[in-house]
Amino acid sequence: MDYDIAVIGAGIVGSLIARELSRYRLDICVVEKEADVAMGASKANSAIIHAGYDPEPGSMKAALNVRGNAMYDRLANELEVPFKRIGSLVLAFTEEDMFTLKTLYDRGLKNRVPMLEIVAKDRARSMEPNVSGDIIGALYAPTAGIVCPYELTLGSVENAMGNGVDLKLESPVAGIEYAGGVFTLHTPEQKISSRYVINAAGLYADAVANLIGDTSFSIRPRKGEYLLLDKTQGNLVGRTVFQTPTAMGKGVLVTPTVDGNLLLGPTAEDVESKEDISTTRPGLTGIIKGALKSCPGINLQEVISSFAGLRAVPSTGDFIIGPSKANGRFINVAGIESPGLTAAPAIAEYVKGILRDTGVGLLPKADFNPHRKAICRFHSIGDADRKKAIMRDPRYGRIVCRCEEVTEGEIVSSIKRPAGARDTDAVKRRTRAGMGRCQGGFCLPHVIRILSEELDIPMDKITKSGGNSVILGEKTK
Amino acid sequence: MMGGGSAVLNVDLTVIGGGPAGLAAALEASENGVRDVLIIERGGELGGILQQCIHNGFGLHIFKEELTGPEYAYRFIEKVIARKINYKLNTMVLDISADRVIRAVNGSDGLVEIKAGAVILAMGCRERTRGALNIPGTRPAGIFTAGAAQRFVNIEGYLPGKKAVILGSGDIGLIMARRLTLEGAEVKAVCEILPYPGGLNRNIVQCLKDYGIPLRLSTTIVEIHGRERVTGVTVARVDEKREPIGSSFEFIECDTLLLSTGLIPENELSRKAGVLIDPVTSGPVVDESMETSVKGIFACGNVVHVHDLVDYVTEESRIAGKSAARFILDGGAYGTGLIKTRAGQGIRYVVPQLIRKNRLDNDMKLSFRVTGGYKDVVIAVKSGDRTITSVKKPKVSPGEMESVKIGKIHGDSFKDCDLITVQLENG
Repeated sequence: MDYDIAVIGAGIVGSLIARELSRYRLDICVVEKEADVAMGASKANSAIIHAGYDPEPGSMKAALNVRGNAMYDRLANELEVPFKRIGSLVLAFTEEDMFTLKTLYDRGLKNRVPMLEIVAKDRARSMEPNVSGDIIGALYAPTAGIVCPYELTLGSVENAMGNGVDLKLESPVAGIEYAGGVFTLHTPEQKISSRYVINAAGLYADAVANLIGDTSFSIRPRKGEYLLLDKTQGNLVGRTVFQTPTAMGKGVLVTPTVDGNLLLGPTAEDVESKEDISTTRPGLTGIIKGALKSCPGINLQEVISSFAGLRAVPSTGDFIIGPSKANGRFINVAGIESPGLTAAPAIAEYVKGILRDTGVGLLPKADFNPHRKAICRFHSIGDADRKKAIMRDPRYGRIVCRCEEVTEGEIVSSIKRPAGARDTDAVKRRTRAGMGRCQGGFCLPHVIRILSEELDIPMDKITKSGGNSVILGEKTK
Repeated sequence: MMGGGSAVLNVDLTVIGGGPAGLAAALEASENGVRDVLIIERGGELGGILQQCIHNGFGLHIFKEELTGPEYAYRFIEKVIARKINYKLNTMVLDISADRVIRAVNGSDGLVEIKAGAVILAMGCRERTRGALNIPGTRPAGIFTAGAAQRFVNIEGYLPGKKAVILGSGDIGLIMARRLTLEGAEVKAVCEILPYPGGLNRNIVQCLKDYGIPLRLSTTIVEIHGRERVTGVTVARVDEKREPIGSSFEFIECDTLLLSTGLIPENELSRKAGVLIDPVTSGPVVDESMETSVKGIFACGNVVHVHDLVDYVTEESRIAGKSAARFILDGGAYGTGLIKTRAGQGIRYVVPQLIRKNRLDNDMKLSFRVTGGYKDVVIAVKSGDRTITSVKKPKVSPGEMESVKIGKIHGDSFKDCDLITVQLENG
């Protein structure tokens, strides 16, 4: 099949671009090297929708951050993705920090961030009684929010697929040819032809650009480690609590998640390998120290998981979005580090404009459906809906994951829907089975069995996360 | 609230959990005259974790013989069936209110609401995970809690891998070291961060020494390696503060890491009911009848504190069952005098935390764990400076639960006493 648009990379950026373009009469495919969507920075980040006072005024980051933030209510509503506009505080502990707050405040005004306010200690502590008594003031940004980034990516992809987009997983692009106005993407399994290419390959966007001879930028990995705490700690703060930023990033934050957990992190460390998502002892120790500075009352006995993600840091210092100088039909969308998640919907809109300017005809589809139905979550619905769900399918009465109250019905649904789960981590991201305090200790055998039955794959071939990550060994004697 | 005219089920006693604790408690209540008992079990069969414990060594105290886990469970299940005690399988309790209304769900009944005259909490415990231990490194396939691996081997029929390292010397880890070896996998080492093992001495001998599996004490895992599947772990010796010693790092190649680093009582439901939790045991504060801080809600077994032997779970659960029967049939017979128990020198916790003086009989047992390994000690129960009773022990270890009996035989010892302390003294 010849496509009009091939999007390389099914992270939040590629997925939202595909979804935005699926409004029009275009043949679109998303090409992803991993076994699932949202496998890079999109699955391991702070999950914050930033207000927009951090980026330099006039930068692409600034404009797209503030615009993206404003788009989130509608987007989350259309895709049925949990999003909460909880606001954020940047804490100041010293006079120097207060000076930084003032700089951020001024930047925020220039970037047109609404409702920013510098608040005194007492006000900040009445808003967040569990923040440290050592603060002297804070920057309050009511428009900041939290979202589930992989759920948003999934929602975008599912919605795009519902509107005709093809998804090709486990398809790393090893070569790109261009002839007669058509790109040919070479993946191990197939050749994909497309008139336009969107390079949303995250950490590997430089390598993908190199395939058409574009060496104008490079992407460096910068690691961020996190600690996730049980829901018993989720109410410690009601807003995202930052410390003042440094050259490396926004410092250690303490935030509730949309699922009710507490998230601490990230670190910021430049690393050599784009595959190095290991956590480190100094990293985790540093997060704990930093988080306790903001909120001394965190109960660290309640840590349930730690993880790391890699930021795609561009050599240019700003988002790289635009047609490649090597080929005007190859659009780079690269270096989307923080505030990339916030900016992503605005980036999608912006990329659409670029395509229009390059001559892509954008004829709206009459039957475009902007809505995606999320998996019916037993845990979050009322009793009347629970009864209806069980009546329809008794598997909604069988709880598989005890900690998060996830039913067999939800797990089966996560496997059967578009871009369905094929491994246990994919089930976990879609349903939260295994995400709770026991971390899959009880439900993993059941999830493996359900995957095996629904996909008709033997249990010992079921993986944790695609590739060679098989979970079970040989059959016993 | 339940809408749509759902029937509310009224029962005398609801037991949450059909493992060894729930089974013994339900039976005892039934034998003490409670007519209408309902056991709610979230798994697919009665017996709980015993069903995957196919090794023997269960029942030495209760039945004076060595049974496997399923055999031990069956002794109770057959009586439950014979006495026609009701049970619901594959049924998950969503919440319990302080006035003993239980909401539960399963595939066949849908959502059900149960009003219970009394409730016995017998939900057991879960295993501590890698996240709770904060082990740095990658997150590949091949990391299992020992209990999950036990289920894969003994119930599902799959090995977790070929070459394993086990972190933690809890009993399930020790049992799994032997099990994996017998199934043809190689167990390269059992690492324990503490200077003494966490499990029973008999398991150290029968599961490790007999098979030549090295036990490395004061050793922990500082990094997990492997992107898709575990490729190895870095182990290190730790100093007195449990900090890894830099010069001792050693890479061990393996494809599997089992964690046997402790059990945590599962009290999410208890908290919803408003039951007071002891921060040391992570289980409900109970009195000598195994009644919690919420009237009519009792608790027993590993949900209260983690036991070393199932036999002791059974003993404790019988007390809960008998007490629930008394509560249902004659209102509990609460007296006025209260004695608090306290963990003193060398003792981590004491269960029960409260004793009602009017119910003190001759078989009152205080259960507890010590804080470290000690030799030639005296376990003393004190009221102020007065020793009520004491027991000599050649050896005590945190891996083994200890107990002392107190009661009427100690005469007037409890008359003006409102606090007793259990402590270790030099022998």
